[in-house]
Amino acid sequence: MKRVVVTGMGAISPVGNDVDSLWQSLLAGRHGFGPITRFDPKDMKVKLAAEVKDFQPEQYIEKNQIRRMDLFAQYGVAAAVQSVEDSRIFGAVDPERFGVYIGSGVGGISTFLKEAEVLFTRGPSRISPFFIPMMIINMASALVAMRFDAKGPSLPVVSACSSGTNAIGEAFRAIKVGAADAIITGGAEACINPLAIGGFTNCQALTTREDPDSISIPFDQRRDGFVIGEGAGVLVLEELEHAKARGAQIYAEVVGYGNTNDAYHITAPDPSASGSAAMIRQAFAEAGLTADAQTYVNAHGTSTPLNDKTETLALKKALGDAAYQVHISSTKSMTGHMLGAAGGVEAIAAIKVLNSNKVVPTIGYTTPDPECDLDYTPNQVVETPINKALSTSLGFGGHNAGVLFAELED
Amino acid sequence: MLNDIQDVLREYKGDDELTVTPETSFADLSLDSLDTVELVMSIEDKFGVSIEMNGDVNTVGDLMTAIEKAKQA
Repeated sequence: MKRVVVTGMGAISPVGNDVDSLWQSLLAGRHGFGPITRFDPKDMKVKLAAEVKDFQPEQYIEKNQIRRMDLFAQYGVAAAVQSVEDSRIFGAVDPERFGVYIGSGVGGISTFLKEAEVLFTRGPSRISPFFIPMMIINMASALVAMRFDAKGPSLPVVSACSSGTNAIGEAFRAIKVGAADAIITGGAEACINPLAIGGFTNCQALTTREDPDSISIPFDQRRDGFVIGEGAGVLVLEELEHAKARGAQIYAEVVGYGNTNDAYHITAPDPSASGSAAMIRQAFAEAGLTADAQTYVNAHGTSTPLNDKTETLALKKALGDAAYQVHISSTKSMTGHMLGAAGGVEAIAAIKVLNSNKVVPTIGYTTPDPECDLDYTPNQVVETPINKALSTSLGFGGHNAGVLFAELED
Repeated sequence: MLNDIQDVLREYKGDDELTVTPETSFADLSLDSLDTVELVMSIEDKFGVSIEMNGDVNTVGDLMTAIEKAKQA
């Protein structure tokens, strides 16, 4: 089996449009919540979101191509361009050994909404010829493949809010078994529109809190739903010897992946947490590692009542007493829930924690919940030695995914 | 009519200097088949006609002929 390392990172997020700004915000405990500006939310119960601010697609995409791409694909391409530039891999890898696995939870739903309105108001003859290619969820991966002549394995993963983490895990597997030398992987999402927010609101997933400073409060007893976010997080994963041979910078080694399903309910997590616990066990088992006080967990931590307590139970079931030693945080307290992009951005957060030994906090935390009794790194950065970092994601449909990163050791 | 088509193309390409002749092909303007369909929709709206797309609209001249036919229909 081959070893797999991370050689590039790129991000578009509600708290910064590159990896460095994202990281500075997470260290400073700065959130990205504010009133919805993409449309007038006067009829909505939900008034706030974590929007990406000041995104300039023309920095990354040819002007005449921008309007042919849904926003989710624009975010995906932008984060991929950053990541590939960071890794300096373009031109240094055989195109047929270069792949793209960029997931998304819902894809081009804003394009869908716009063209459905065209259908209802102007009839089928006015539907844009770009409707289908803009809307389909695989298009972020396809556009990135075109951009970087990546002709190898290509697999846009769709597993709701686990999409980004599943994509990274599957890319890791593909390189590990020798199917590719490098894969551009992560997640992209953009669904801040009235249809998606109305839908998430009515399935009781979103908070209707209106104070931006205490709205996404994972593991806090007052939590009552997530805040919708958007953006993209994209890594370049590369086979270790390939990376070494070209003198690439190496951020971390990918050492384990867990992938399970609750097989329980369309939206609610299984209260026994058996599926999510199994996912965490798988990730550590593949790595041959045991969780301890030098472990960071970037939790899914959505700030919904059910997720956070079930996830806490999963960590206890999987890690035993070590669940009380590991350092946990939910960066969704700052980024909001970026859905299919969450796994991409949170993998980056986990790797930055691993590299810096600075555990970023769960902000806005004031009120302990007896059912959430682990160390969630409340409000302040904790400096402590970290040598492995797990990023977990749990999605509608019972999808559980986790990727474990470690400092590269010979 | 040529000027109207040129206006639509200028807006589409985001290029105020763009000049076209009946011989200009959509390929010359880096427009693919999907762009052509979208352009024809804009033209239909502008001229209030319904143009039959049958694969032989490759140049600005072809489009002018198609609009003329549609107007007479």
